[in-house]
Amino acid sequence: MNADVRPIKTPAETALSVAFATVKGKLPGAAALRETAFKRFESTGLPHRRVEEWKYTDLRALMRDAKPLAVPPDAAAQARAKNAGAAFAAVEGRRIVVVDGSFVPELSDLAGLEPGLTIRSMAQALASGDAAVVKRLGQVVPTDNVAVALNTAFMGDGVVIEIAPGAALTRPLHLVFFNAHGSPASVFTRSLAVIGKGARAMLIESHEGVPGSNYQVNTALELVVGDEAHIDHIKITGEGAGALHVSSLMAAVGARARFNEFLFTTAATVVRNQLFVDFTGEETVAGIRGATLLNGKQHADTTLVADHIAGACISREVFKTVLDGESRGVFQGKIIVEPHAQKTDAKMAAHSLLLSEEAEADSKPELEIFADDVQCGHGSTAGALDDDLLFYLKARGIPHKEAEALMIQAFVGEAVDGIEHAGLRDTLIDHVAAWLKTRR
Amino acid sequence: MALLEIKNLHARVDDRPILNGLNLTVEKGQVAAIMGPNGSGKSTLAHVLAGKDDYGITEGQVLFNGEDLLTLSPDERAAKGLFLAFQYPLEIPGVATMMFLRTALNAQRKKRGQEELSAPDFNRRVFDAAAKLGIDREMLRRGVNVGFSGGEKKRNEILQMALLEPKLAVLDETDSGLDIDALKVVSDGVNRLRSPERAFVVITHYQRLLDYIVPDVVHVLSRGRIVRTGGKELALELEAKGYAQYQEEMAS
Repeated sequence: MNADVRPIKTPAETALSVAFATVKGKLPGAAALRETAFKRFESTGLPHRRVEEWKYTDLRALMRDAKPLAVPPDAAAQARAKNAGAAFAAVEGRRIVVVDGSFVPELSDLAGLEPGLTIRSMAQALASGDAAVVKRLGQVVPTDNVAVALNTAFMGDGVVIEIAPGAALTRPLHLVFFNAHGSPASVFTRSLAVIGKGARAMLIESHEGVPGSNYQVNTALELVVGDEAHIDHIKITGEGAGALHVSSLMAAVGARARFNEFLFTTAATVVRNQLFVDFTGEETVAGIRGATLLNGKQHADTTLVADHIAGACISREVFKTVLDGESRGVFQGKIIVEPHAQKTDAKMAAHSLLLSEEAEADSKPELEIFADDVQCGHGSTAGALDDDLLFYLKARGIPHKEAEALMIQAFVGEAVDGIEHAGLRDTLIDHVAAWLKTRR
Repeated sequence: MALLEIKNLHARVDDRPILNGLNLTVEKGQVAAIMGPNGSGKSTLAHVLAGKDDYGITEGQVLFNGEDLLTLSPDERAAKGLFLAFQYPLEIPGVATMMFLRTALNAQRKKRGQEELSAPDFNRRVFDAAAKLGIDREMLRRGVNVGFSGGEKKRNEILQMALLEPKLAVLDETDSGLDIDALKVVSDGVNRLRSPERAFVVITHYQRLLDYIVPDVVHVLSRGRIVRTGGKELALELEAKGYAQYQEEMAS
C-alpha cells in the first residue's frame, strides 16, 4: 500500500477545512499566505505517530474534533481576565493582555512606554498589510511544520512588539494570554517580536484559562533577536484542565547575543511546545531550559530544534520533567551544527523523574553535526527517586511526602535556577511547591 | 526502664541472615561501643534501628523508651529521639544544607507538638553549632554534602546530631576515613553532647575512636549476636588480640 495515500479525513480535519472555507474571507489580511499554509495542512492532515517528529504526540488521535473559532471577548469575558497573570505580580512586568485570542489594549498597561518600545495589535498589522510585519511572517525560521501552517492559516490576533536598537527595558514585558470562554472554542494567536541590535529585554508569556472548557490553543511567536541583544523569554503554560495547547516559537538569534529561553509547563491536558531556534550570528551564548510537572492523564511534549548556522556559539539545553499518575512526558531535542559552524559548543540534557509506575517518559535527543571542530554532547535519563537519599532525609525526621517534595524541588531546581530574574525564579519555585501540594 | 532494649533480634537481607538473636540493652546516659569484625552485622544493626526497609525482621523486638520501635517509620523514630550518623553520608545536590537542617528540625518539632523555630533563632543555633565543628557558612549554603571531603561529611553528621538533640545517637563507623585531626574534631563534637539524658551506641571496627570517645561499656558483635560484654579495657584487648577468637568460638 502506498503510504502517501491519505486516509479518510478525521472529524477534526473536516471541521478545520469547513472552518477555513467559511472564515478565510473574514480573517485579517495575508490571504495568499493563509491559502498556501492551509494547502500545506490539507496535503498531510493532522500529524500522527507515523510522522517522525510527531511520533510520541499523535495529534490526529489527541485532537478528536476542532472547536469553533473563538469570538472576540465581550465585557464579561474581559472582566474575567482582569486578574489574569496576577500570579506573576512579583515580576512587576508590563501587562499586555490577549483574551480569547484578541489583544485587549484596555486591559493592558500601555502607559509611558519606554523609548524605543512599540506594542500593537497583530490583527491590525495584518489587516493594513503592514510591510514590516508581513515580510517577517513565516520567514524568521522557515518551517513546513503542520501546526505552524495551521497557525498561519487561521491566525487572528496577537501582538507585535518592536524594541529599537540599544533600548534597554527596565520592566519585563508580560504577555498574558487568557482564555475566558465558557464554551469550547479554538484560538489561533500569532505574535512577532523584533529586538534591535544591542537591546535588552525580558519577555514573559503566561497562558491561562478557565478550567474544564475543552478549548484548543494554537499559539505562535516569531522572535528576531538582533546582534548583541540580550533577551530572556519565559513561557509558562498554565492553561485550564481540559485544554489542548500547541505552541511554536520560531527564533532567529544574531551574533554576540545572549538568549535565555525557559519553558514552564504544569497545566492543560495536552501540550506540545515546539521550539525552532536558529543561531545565525557568531559568538552567541544561549540557554534553553525547561521544567514540566505533570499528573493525572496529562501529556506534554517539548520538541526543540536548535540549528547552529553560524559558528562559535555556546548553547546549553536542560529539560527536567516530573511525571506522576498516568502522565506522559515527551522530549525531542535536536541540535544541528551546520558545515560552517565551527567552534560550536552545545550540550543538551533531558532528565525525567517518574513518580508512579504508570507514568511514561519518552526522550529522543539527536545531534546532527556537519562541522569537524565542535564540542557537542547530550545526555538523557529517566528514573525514580533514589531510595537511599529518601531514607537519609527520613532518618532526619522528614516525613516521606516532604522528603519526596524536597528531592523533586531539587531536581527541578537545576533548570529553574537558570532563570536570571530573582522575582520570576521565586514565583516559579512557588508554582512547583503548589504543584507538589496537589499530589496525593 | 532501659532507653533501648533489643531482644532476640533476627534480621536478613534477601535470604541471608545477618542478625541472629541479638540482645542488647542501652541505659540512659550510657556510651556503649559495639565492636566487631567486618560482616558481623554492625551496619545492619544501625540501619535496622533507623528503619531502613531493605531488611526483613524475622523475629525479636526492639523497645525504645518502652515503645515498640519496629512499627514506626524512620521519620517517626527520628522525632522520638533516635539519630543515626551514617557511615557514608549521602550527597543531596540542589538541597541546601540550611534548608535541609531547617526542614528536618521543624518536621521533628511539629511531630512532637512543638512550635517551629523562627528563622533568626534557627540560624543562630546552626551557626553556633557549626562554628564549634569548624564548618563555615559557605558550606552551609551548598547542597547537602556536595563537594565535601570525607571528614567534612562526618562533621556535618555531628552538626545534624547537635541540632536535632536526640535521646539516642547511633554512630555507624564515624571514624572511617578520618585522619587524626578530623577524628579529634568529631570526637570533641560527640563528647560535648554527652549528658545523663542522652545515650550513644558507637559502632566501630577499631579501638582508636574509643581513645577519644571513652565508652562506659563495650560489646563484641560476631555473626549477628553480642558474644561478649565488658568495660573499656575490652577494646584494648581486642586491639591486641584481634577478633579471631570470637569468630572461631562461633564457628565451633
